[in-house]
Amino acid sequence: MIIKQLSVFLENKSGRLNEVSGLLAEAGINMSAFSIADTSDFGILRVIVSDPERALAILREKQFSASLTEVVCLICPNEPGALARALDILSNEGIQIEYMYAFSIEKSANIIIRPANVQKCINALNMHQMELMKASDLYKL
Amino acid sequence: MIWNEKIECASRDFMNEIQSERLIATVKRVYHNIPYYRKKMQEKGLTPDDIKSVADLSKLPFTTKTDLRDSYPFGSFTVPMSEIVRIHASSGTTGRPTVVGYTRNDISMWSENVTRALCMAGVHQNDMVQIAYGYGLFTGGLGLHYGTENLGASVIPISGGNTKKQIQLMQDFGSTVLCCTPSYALYIAEALEEMNISPDSLKLRVGIFGAEPWSENMRKEIEAKLHIKAIDIYGLSEIVGPGVSCECEEQAGMHVNEDHFIPEIINPETLEPVAPGEVGELVFSTITKEGIPLLRYRTRDLTRLIYDKCKCGRTLVRMEKCKGRSDDMLIIRGVNVFPSQIESILLEMSETEPHYLLIIDREGTLDTLKVQVEVQEQFFSDEIKELQNLTKKIKHNLESTLGISVTVQLVEPKTIERTAGKAKRVIDNRQI
Ligand SMILES: [Zn+2]
Repeated sequence: MIIKQLSVFLENKSGRLNEVSGLLAEAGINMSAFSIADTSDFGILRVIVSDPERALAILREKQFSASLTEVVCLICPNEPGALARALDILSNEGIQIEYMYAFSIEKSANIIIRPANVQKCINALNMHQMELMKASDLYKL
Repeated sequence: MIWNEKIECASRDFMNEIQSERLIATVKRVYHNIPYYRKKMQEKGLTPDDIKSVADLSKLPFTTKTDLRDSYPFGSFTVPMSEIVRIHASSGTTGRPTVVGYTRNDISMWSENVTRALCMAGVHQNDMVQIAYGYGLFTGGLGLHYGTENLGASVIPISGGNTKKQIQLMQDFGSTVLCCTPSYALYIAEALEEMNISPDSLKLRVGIFGAEPWSENMRKEIEAKLHIKAIDIYGLSEIVGPGVSCECEEQAGMHVNEDHFIPEIINPETLEPVAPGEVGELVFSTITKEGIPLLRYRTRDLTRLIYDKCKCGRTLVRMEKCKGRSDDMLIIRGVNVFPSQIESILLEMSETEPHYLLIIDREGTLDTLKVQVEVQEQFFSDEIKELQNLTKKIKHNLESTLGISVTVQLVEPKTIERTAGKAKRVIDNRQI
């Protein structure tokens, strides 16, 4: 259930994101979801790729500061109130969230969550019968 | 007016005679009184008898700022403390300050030199001299103060800062001379513009500016904005303070008071004297100072010496405006900053690697320092707040050591240019 997300430090200057996606494309690595968090000085690219380990090695070789971060992917039914319900569960179980972002596939909305404690988060969601995406499925997207 | 015509317009032979006599006496005194100098001379196989004239100067060992700092606080004083009447200290940020002590004779020698400098700048007894250098441990304020009193002009000892008051006193007291750092002079000029006060409504005639490097362009700007003649004065506390040398009204190099401080230019790599007229590192030997006599003190300032007679009539050798430093010291807002300090701060922090770039800019009249630090893998976090905390921590550590505000910017690894494996550490965008 633990997903390895690729995180990359980017300066706020043009062309850096292109460079990352270009390097991954060249290596035949697919990106299924991503988000960028930024400040006025720098940004952090967070991306779900088909082969996290290889992507990490490629970027590091090209002198990027990159790392793999453990996240979970929650599958939410694409209907009103579904996200709120999931968040309530996490909040009630005392699961602290560092950040999250969403992407949708057909009928479902998928939410990538970076909790402070990954295992605790998975346990809590399982306990409440929330559906989590398997890493192998997500990487294939 | 030439304050001391006999000296300032002396023939080269006469100057050599004075210098030789005083150098011989100084070498004897330090050799017999200061174990440290004796040791240094003995290491070179020298005795005082080997120094027969100023021509033998280059045989003597050098002294450096490190020598002074190692003897903190009073280890370099060569007279008993009962004879020391004043203490000053440099504003350096590398650990301990450099402390200097003056005997009563030193103070009057210093005053004489500053008085000569003021006269070179065209100041006379009827002038109203506003001293906006800092008073205190820094030598600027009190140095100019004593020299001005010695000349017989009127001192306004206002010290630095409080720009509104500076301007008010210029208006009310009719100040004719302004002494401060060149950047503060520009700051005052801009404040005048903002307050819609025309410089022609003031009586300012001359500005005597020093304590930081400044360019010919900056001189033009100050002169145009304040409608004054801007004069460059040079000095360093280790030698005596301001007044070691000063420009005359010709503004064609600073006349060195060489009957007290013998200048030499050396190649900072080989430490050998350069050919006459060549640029190199300026070295001074003090030959009248009692508190801390210094033989061949390396200033790290790069310049050259001009021995031709000046149009003003003085024969005192002139040094050109300093062209830079032979070490990597930067002067930012009057504070001495060494890139090596920043490196050691970053090294001490386990999270950072010492890959950094200093970018110095001048915004208006204010120097700004930006430190770019490479984000290495080992401290990269994918959480914004972690990186922001790291930025804050680096900023805090730098500021508490350097004493000036710093902007810290995280950059990608290997983005800082490396030349032959070594990173280029400093980009100085100031037009000095
Ligand atoms: Zn002259």
